[in-house]
Amino acid sequence: MPDILNSIRVAFGLLVGFDTTLLHVVVLSLTVSLSASGAATVCGLPLGAALAVFRFRGRHLVILLANALLGLPPVVVGLGLYLLLSRSGPFGRLGILFTPTAMIVAQFMLVLPIVVALSHRAMVGIWRDYGDDLLVSGASRFRAIPHLLSIGRLEALTASLAGFGRSVSEVGAILIVGGNIAGYTRTMTTAIMLETSEGHLGFALALGLVLIVISIAVNACAFGIEARARRVTPREAA
Amino acid sequence: MTSFRCHDLAIVCTLALFVAYPVRANSADPQTIVLASTTSVENSGLLARILPQFTKETGIEVRVIAQGTGQALATAAHGDADLVLVHDPEAEAKFMASGDGLTRQEIAWNDFIIVGPSADPAHVTGTRDVVAALTTIAAAKVPFVSRGDKSGTDALEKRLWKAAGLNPAAVGDGWYRDIGGSMGAALNAAAAMGAYTLSDRGTWLSFGNKAGMTSVLEGDPRLLNRYDVILLNPQTHPQAKQVSAQRFASWLEGPNGQAAIADYMIAGKSLFHPEADPKP
Repeated sequence: MPDILNSIRVAFGLLVGFDTTLLHVVVLSLTVSLSASGAATVCGLPLGAALAVFRFRGRHLVILLANALLGLPPVVVGLGLYLLLSRSGPFGRLGILFTPTAMIVAQFMLVLPIVVALSHRAMVGIWRDYGDDLLVSGASRFRAIPHLLSIGRLEALTASLAGFGRSVSEVGAILIVGGNIAGYTRTMTTAIMLETSEGHLGFALALGLVLIVISIAVNACAFGIEARARRVTPREAA
Repeated sequence: MTSFRCHDLAIVCTLALFVAYPVRANSADPQTIVLASTTSVENSGLLARILPQFTKETGIEVRVIAQGTGQALATAAHGDADLVLVHDPEAEAKFMASGDGLTRQEIAWNDFIIVGPSADPAHVTGTRDVVAALTTIAAAKVPFVSRGDKSGTDALEKRLWKAAGLNPAAVGDGWYRDIGGSMGAALNAAAAMGAYTLSDRGTWLSFGNKAGMTSVLEGDPRLLNRYDVILLNPQTHPQAKQVSAQRFASWLEGPNGQAAIADYMIAGKSLFHPEADPKP
């Protein structure tokens, strides 16, 4: 096990050392995955709540689809998006292939079903408990959605963080549409792939440990904010 | 009844900040070009070494997509790169013939080697004849790792097996292992399996996980590895940034680029020869 111990030592050195190249890679990783999961949260939470609140034809189909797409293979999303964004594809004129923008789009597609499916599942229960109150107090079903999300914000946060976890750990899609360009589209995960293929296994593992620490830090921040919010407005007050 | 409050707003703002983080330089910038290249020039560290010098001299930023030669040529054929730097003469000839390429110029060369376990279970060491060595490995049924990814290295390996009159993929008795991966992945696999594999010298010299492996055969003239830069045909690829791509190609071919290539060494060993160096 000396290799692993050494990797831990290297990882610690990287975390305290603030190497500028690594810093850029970390910032890009966070930018791409927070943008993708942020956008998927903004679109996905209201969608998930709407699926719990409204009754319409095809609702079950949408729910089924969102759940089925939880297991969407990143490499397939990457390939499909590559063909769409390629110069010879329908959206080639945008010129965003091999840019961080393309990576954000790819991860948005991967994260959206997660946020929709998980928030829907949570909101169904909350709607059962609070729906009548929300409607009695005069809100329309449409206006009830923000209130529902506010009551269930711990669950909403969990859905959003699950989405972030998917995006920050993903490599298959962003490798294809980002191209792993040094200093431009190289993220933590694609850097780990590259270091592994260069035979620098210890350093690759150290990068992996750094990624895990960052991921824990993001989750801790989110739960910290949520815990403070709960002290201010406990759910019972709703 | 609760509603969205300050902290929710704070979260949304933080997220928006990240969304709005300036995504550097757009792809229409004539000062950035996309080079579709092979993993061997990227993994060996050559481009990371010479590109800063080119950018300093010209202000042009080169973004490298490192893929196998087959995939790099396909990327360029789709119109997603401004020029290519690859190493498979046959695939390059097809690319030129199909009208995708405008000019093709050799800029560097080195050689391929057979690497394998230091114990050399198939007794390959000593011969310089690569076809004879492959025949020996096949007869001994010692594991052999194949890239299997249509890269330049993979294409050469397939040609060598053909020259040996063998079709190892069809035998199917387990010693020939097609891993479908990059040179680095193949070397990692070979190290783990105690297998032989064909590697370009650049990747091998810079590879960090040699674990009990050594170069067992080199010096056969059939193992020459030439790198060519190809400019795209503006008729078939009008979107390619011709001017900047041309400047990069000229730089690689010119004295500064050739000197930068010759100067790249690891542990005192040259990884690439400039084009003008005499070949074996």
